[in-house]
Amino acid sequence: MLVLGIESSCDETGVALYSTDAGGGLLAHALHSQVRMHEDYGGVVPELASRDHVRRLVPLLRQVLADSGCSLAEIGAVAYTQGPGLAGALLVGAAFAEALAASLGVPTLPVHHLEGHLLSPLLSRNPPRFPFVALLVSGGHSQLMRVVGVGEYELMGETLDDAAGEAFDKTAKLLGLGYPGGPALATLAERGRRDEVRLPRPMLKSGDLNFSFSGLKTAVVTRVRELGAVSDQQRADIARGFQDAIVEVLVSKALRAVSESGLQQLVVAGGVGANRELRRQLDAHSATARIAVFYPELEFCTDNGAMIALAGALRTQAGVPAKPAGAFAVRPRWPLTDT
Amino acid sequence: MNLLAIETSTELGSIAVWREGELLSRVCPATLAHSETLLPLISATLREAGLGFADLHGIAFAAGPGSFTGLRVACGVAQGLAFALDLPVIPVGTLDAMALASGSERVIVMLDARMGEVYYGLFSQGLPLAPVVVCQPSAVPIPDSPGWHACGNGLVAYPALRQRLAACVHLWQPELVPDAGAVARLAAPRLARGEGVDAADATPLYVRNKVALTVAERLARGGKA
Repeated sequence: MLVLGIESSCDETGVALYSTDAGGGLLAHALHSQVRMHEDYGGVVPELASRDHVRRLVPLLRQVLADSGCSLAEIGAVAYTQGPGLAGALLVGAAFAEALAASLGVPTLPVHHLEGHLLSPLLSRNPPRFPFVALLVSGGHSQLMRVVGVGEYELMGETLDDAAGEAFDKTAKLLGLGYPGGPALATLAERGRRDEVRLPRPMLKSGDLNFSFSGLKTAVVTRVRELGAVSDQQRADIARGFQDAIVEVLVSKALRAVSESGLQQLVVAGGVGANRELRRQLDAHSATARIAVFYPELEFCTDNGAMIALAGALRTQAGVPAKPAGAFAVRPRWPLTDT
Repeated sequence: MNLLAIETSTELGSIAVWREGELLSRVCPATLAHSETLLPLISATLREAGLGFADLHGIAFAAGPGSFTGLRVACGVAQGLAFALDLPVIPVGTLDAMALASGSERVIVMLDARMGEVYYGLFSQGLPLAPVVVCQPSAVPIPDSPGWHACGNGLVAYPALRQRLAACVHLWQPELVPDAGAVARLAAPRLARGEGVDAADATPLYVRNKVALTVAERLARGGKA
């Protein structure tokens, strides 16, 4: 069966086609990122995000149809992100998906955004096998999940405040690196000196698998204030101190989660998974911990339509009934445990 | 020629099926969100008209101004249907349709825009005299002639409008609400003339286009980055 996937939960519009047939898999996927549009505003403006999704869906759908050589008539179901995310942005994708499915006479598959992220490593050229531990770190999420199979997810730990990517972006803003400055901060950190600025490791010894990153941002504010005028080297040192702190906590808790679960595979998903220092540290520890670490390609780490098509397809294969197209409701706040 | 019209500019949603010149209008159940009611109502009304999706020649929707979310639900549904069925989309101004529904020749249409503002349009014989604006009730442009028909819930939200317009208005109709039937009546001749657009080009008409301040604007106003 051919599944169309649509993602519009935040600031990226994604559309993809996934085939469950033998020799199928991901046939095409296309993405439009709004990040440049939100740059001038210093963060995602929900209303502008919703307005942009309306303009992108049809062209992206045309593109995946052309790239895959498929026709609309071959589509057997339409999967879309039902939540969590920005209500207005979710509604755009849901309205389009439900109407498309209704007129094609096929059912819909409303998908939980995080389920998409948890399953997205399966799209990788080097996919893990169930069960595995997933460290999901992005601008919106910081979680450790035990992924047993499709629809079987156990939350092991999560952030109590800011997401890891959010902490990166907010700290970058404090250092004058613009928005979204997380990647710029990571680049700056490469020039910083180790332990020149030593910041706290929040909840490193909390005994559980939860995170807290908002205090780190405050620590940076305090340090900048103490220094008064900050030189370029000091700015790099602060970036290094911040990144070392956040990476140490993420690595320590991720390894602990793998150890507690008794599993041997760790999957790192989400935009922060692209952070080079995080990968260096995880790789360095994985040999001694005798675990395999998987990094899906970045296109599947960040928000995308492919993971939504995949999640819809795998749910169908697992026997989860599809929904008749028609009435719909989005779920901006939706715990994954409630799927 | 058959067409479907969708109107969800306000909480009072409706749809209409235009079947070879005959109009069948239905109102969305008021207690539920448009997302819950719109597509089921469309299917039921098409059935009632004896039509299937494949019998349609175009999809019209009220493009705005109105509730941003409502406009996007209508636009998203119109795009989805039109793209799947390979049909043109006919975006119709919400206030244009209200002017038609008023039945008068010279109409002032006012829709509550919230945040202390009103969407405001002047229509003469069905044509807008100027682009629809969003502004405070104290700033709306007043016609300099008598005999106008004033309508829309802007009058309910802002009683000051009645005082400002008293000299030029002879008929008040604050209870006139947007309706898909009027959208269909405006859209049908446009569809016949080939004025429909591709689904990709169907977008809401928000009118209120400044929805956030850039970092530079916030700093210029003495705020934080």
